[in-house]
Amino acid sequence: MAATEPREQEFLDYVQSGGLVETDDWMPDEYRARLIKFIEMHGNSELMGVLPERDWILRAPTLQRKLALTAKIQDEVGHCQLIYRVVEDLGKPRERCLDDLISGKAKFHNVFHYPTKSWGDVGVIAWLVDAAAIISQKALLKCSYAPYARVMKKVCWEESFHILHGRDTVLAMVTGTAEQRELVQEAITRWWVPLMHFHGTPIPAEEDPMVVWRIKSQGNEEARQQFLEGYVPQILELGLELPDPKLRRNDEGVWEYTEPDWDELLSVVTGHGPASQERLEFRRLSRAETDWVSKVVLAEAA
Amino acid sequence: MIWEVFRQERKGQPFTHGGSFHAPDQAFADAYAREFYARRGESVALWVVPRDAITAIEEFPDEFDLKYRRVDGYSIKARLKEARDRAGTAAA
Repeated sequence: MAATEPREQEFLDYVQSGGLVETDDWMPDEYRARLIKFIEMHGNSELMGVLPERDWILRAPTLQRKLALTAKIQDEVGHCQLIYRVVEDLGKPRERCLDDLISGKAKFHNVFHYPTKSWGDVGVIAWLVDAAAIISQKALLKCSYAPYARVMKKVCWEESFHILHGRDTVLAMVTGTAEQRELVQEAITRWWVPLMHFHGTPIPAEEDPMVVWRIKSQGNEEARQQFLEGYVPQILELGLELPDPKLRRNDEGVWEYTEPDWDELLSVVTGHGPASQERLEFRRLSRAETDWVSKVVLAEAA
Repeated sequence: MIWEVFRQERKGQPFTHGGSFHAPDQAFADAYAREFYARRGESVALWVVPRDAITAIEEFPDEFDLKYRRVDGYSIKARLKEARDRAGTAAA
């Protein structure tokens, strides 16, 4: 990383020693650019993440589940709005974020590029995808960029409801019929690789520029280990199986696992996942279809 | 148009900044503020303010070193000792 001028070095020392940065403070261009890219992707993921769940609103098994799912979706879209605000204050307007999202130029999280096949997927996503997400987001509470860290406080608080909603959904199914249990098992098997991809390649924290600038406070592997440590026992205690014969906690307390295919992760997040194009197409369509609403509202307000 | 939200978690507590959002007018701003910051009962009151109405002041120069306004502007130790000596009340 290039901390070339003294002012930049001083800034780096400042953030590395726990200093917090506000919107109007001077910051190196690289820091600003990395913040925008990372936070924008987070916002995109909140927005794209509701699409797989949206598919299930009309198919939710009970009214209670339908309402809970709708509330979760409202939370996630709310997160997107708050997170895009942080990006905007850093210099990239929301409209441009949306342009770059639907044109495929900007990325969104790998897990939202996969289809959902059954109600089991909905439970597994709310429980385990949100669990993986909350591990990353909790670490972002310590982000050197304070406006983002502040938003994360609200996001984490709401995510904790989602995890409970997901776990409750999964518990209802594993205590139901054999067929319901099988739907959960199939969903876990489908989602395991995307979950292992979730925290990214095991790049050492000291080489990760995001950690160096203290935008992230933990390395990718550290986050994955935390996920495995927290959730593998919770999955196994339900009698569910994980599709990795190498998965085990060794004597030093480190989780060993089959190295996931990192090329697949790269291919998925660059728009080649099984549901990438369909989701982007839906987002394009809904933006075009609702364009008149924002035009009318803004015209009336003007 | 950007709106800033300040929220009070419990009666008697200070209002703290919650975040900001886009809303075209006051009615939308009120609705969004309720949905974003109070729908789970996490706030007992909200202040919703157009960002443009806020003046941010971030520089506080003190060219004249106006220490007499602060507690660190007063060192009473020596004077207190002398006063006690004169009064004959100094600890033995």
